[in-house]
Amino acid sequence: MGVVSPGFHGRPRESSRRLPPGQYETHDFPVLSAGPTPRIDREDWEFTVTTETGDRHSWNWAELTSLPSESPTLDLHCVTKWSKFDTSWQGVSLDVLLTGVETAADFVMVSSYGGYTTNLPLEDLLDGQAWIAYGYEGDDIPPEHGGPARLLVPHLYFWKSAKWVHGMRLLTGDEPGFWESLGYHDYGDPWREQRYQGD
Amino acid sequence: MADMNHHPDGHPASHGHGHGHEDSDEYEDGNAMAGPLSEIFAVDLTSAHGRCANCGITEPVARLRVYTRAPGLVGRCPHCAHVTLRMTRSPDNAWLDMSGTTTLRIPLTTT
Repeated sequence: MGVVSPGFHGRPRESSRRLPPGQYETHDFPVLSAGPTPRIDREDWEFTVTTETGDRHSWNWAELTSLPSESPTLDLHCVTKWSKFDTSWQGVSLDVLLTGVETAADFVMVSSYGGYTTNLPLEDLLDGQAWIAYGYEGDDIPPEHGGPARLLVPHLYFWKSAKWVHGMRLLTGDEPGFWESLGYHDYGDPWREQRYQGD
Repeated sequence: MADMNHHPDGHPASHGHGHGHEDSDEYEDGNAMAGPLSEIFAVDLTSAHGRCANCGITEPVARLRVYTRAPGLVGRCPHCAHVTLRMTRSPDNAWLDMSGTTTLRIPLTTT
């Protein structure tokens, strides 16, 4: 008579399949910040894209929120090892914002109100992979989580998803941002556990 | 709840209450850097006086506003909030950025 050992050789639980190496799941939403929280009025808010030739494209709050929006549900992975599943956002795809922006750039430097920066390859912002989000869980994004608007690039560690996003410079060469210049990985793929330079 | 014991610089934040709507403007004073700095420097640098590269005011490192709930330690000038001192820690390396500090006067003990 066989002894049943349910689950011993079974499929891993869904949460473990969704958890990149070295991460643990949290149900809270930890607040990490490298400085004081900027408080930006929507009337004063602006997002700019500046190309490598100096062409400048800008959107104010009314212009951003009148663009076609999406409501992605995303898993977030922070380099400090927490992951949070099934977060709901509302925002505008970077595909929409960058349509009509003429560029030969391969890289982007994202900048935030408050001075934070982070760098990414341009291709990681396209093809449905990134948003300028202005809604979280059916409400405004709280300032401590990056409101009024933040970048979302959920396939990379969450430090790439700049809070209080203010602009992007399109670059022909890569430059390190705030954490990338201080030992953190230039790309930051959580599934390859690219936390630090050399990982 | 944020488990800051998993902080990459190995420096557990003293604010371990990771509620979603907590005041993220909280910071600690420069003494939060005492342990990590002592790994690199033989002297306690928190009593050293640093000159901010932005506003030019000189203050002891211990008076910095240090943001610890982050992928590293970020020390800001108490007068102008400019980033004067940053540290991160990987398993193999410590990284220190002092580009926001023009000079550091380190008191020497004579015996």
